[in-house]
Amino acid sequence: MTEAGYNFAYLDEATKRMIRRAILKAVAIPGHQIPFGAREMPLPYGWGTGGIQVTASILGPQDVLKVIDQGADDTTNAVSIRRFFTRVAGIATTDATGEASIIQTRHRIPEKPLTENQILVYQVPQPEPLFKLEPHRAETRRIHALADYGLMHVRLYEDIARLGHIAKAYDYPVMVNERYLMSPSPIPAFDNPKMHQMAALQLFGAGREKRIYAVPPYTPVRSLDFEDHPFRPIRAPHACAICGSRTSYLDELITNDAGGRAFICSDTDYCQERQEAPKAAAE
Amino acid sequence: MTQMTPGFADRVLDAQASFRAILEAMSRPGRVQCIEARLSPPAPLCTAAAAALLALADADTPLWHDAGEAAADWLRFHCGAPITGIIKDARFVLACGAAPSLDAPDIGTDEDPQLGATLILQVAGLVAGEGWRLTGPGIQHEHRLRVLGAPADFVAAWARNQALFPRGVDVLLCAGDNIAALPRSVMMAEG
Repeated sequence: MTEAGYNFAYLDEATKRMIRRAILKAVAIPGHQIPFGAREMPLPYGWGTGGIQVTASILGPQDVLKVIDQGADDTTNAVSIRRFFTRVAGIATTDATGEASIIQTRHRIPEKPLTENQILVYQVPQPEPLFKLEPHRAETRRIHALADYGLMHVRLYEDIARLGHIAKAYDYPVMVNERYLMSPSPIPAFDNPKMHQMAALQLFGAGREKRIYAVPPYTPVRSLDFEDHPFRPIRAPHACAICGSRTSYLDELITNDAGGRAFICSDTDYCQERQEAPKAAAE
Repeated sequence: MTQMTPGFADRVLDAQASFRAILEAMSRPGRVQCIEARLSPPAPLCTAAAAALLALADADTPLWHDAGEAAADWLRFHCGAPITGIIKDARFVLACGAAPSLDAPDIGTDEDPQLGATLILQVAGLVAGEGWRLTGPGIQHEHRLRVLGAPADFVAAWARNQALFPRGVDVLLCAGDNIAALPRSVMMAEG
């Protein structure tokens, strides 16, 4: 049952049309940031206002929504966004990656490969990959127009010169379709290869910065690197303490005051599914 | 005076469903989608073109068209889009008859390529799986699309549009309630 007094999916129809036009242009120009008139949402900037506006504009009554925050379905941000859409759109929600038609994510890509019938919506704090190198928008717009991305290569080279390797562990810059430099949002560099040739459509919404961008399905996404310093996805060299996975991205937990540590899957649904699989096989 | 036919029966959910069909078409160029909304727009407007404009056009998007008075009244009433006679000023260009040249509408700038117009072309029919060979973002290997009643020399015109990338126009091909899209990023060869 949806909350009375709200339009379906909270946003008014004129706002949805404006966002939908931005999304279509974003898909047509992969990796290019499209300005849009972000609205005030009933939650603060930094909590996924951009992602929510994108989700609200594409969502229909048949959709099944999954929301993850750093891989987890049960953290505050994920729970409140799911509840928000249950209340204002009356749609079904799920924790299972395979059952969702729209997955809104903060800073992770699910471990389970996504399909052509799914759309992944990223919450983006800072859409401009060059922001820390060139704070002027007028200048970064020109850099993107000219595809003159030497600045970012110098930034990565400086890491190699100082530290011997590229020390960017998250928000690792990517080239989309060999044309636009794009911020993948602060997902771990470990997740970057999943964006390459993904079967699902990927949409990115930045509410405070008022930008929407997209990666269409089956689009080349290359993490920047050098011939002698190839890109390497990093993961903690451990097995998950619960499901034993040696391939998933791990969170480090401090377990006591004596330096005790444990590593568990960041993707809670993936971990849960792996725990249940042996049980199902035994039955 | 004849009575004006209605727009979307459900202006919220029909617009959403039509948009999702267009988004799917745009994300997977060359695949033909079906618009499910029931519409009876005035001739020569087809259901897909009418639904696309109802879902996307409004007071913020000047519209250029060649559809005649009845269609203009219908679009002006239901979309509220200002009708312009200058094709370069239009965000949406609707061509029911002879298609305008692909470089006639606004193609955007290098810094703001998103200002490139969306061209809605009504054609006689769309057949997936044969015809033009499409490659590029959204396409795993190759999609094929045959467009019945496509403008003459369209493949060569498209190559010129594609060469402008990131500038250029995006095309929605509409036939009856079928819709397929050609985003400016897609490459096209004769089948």
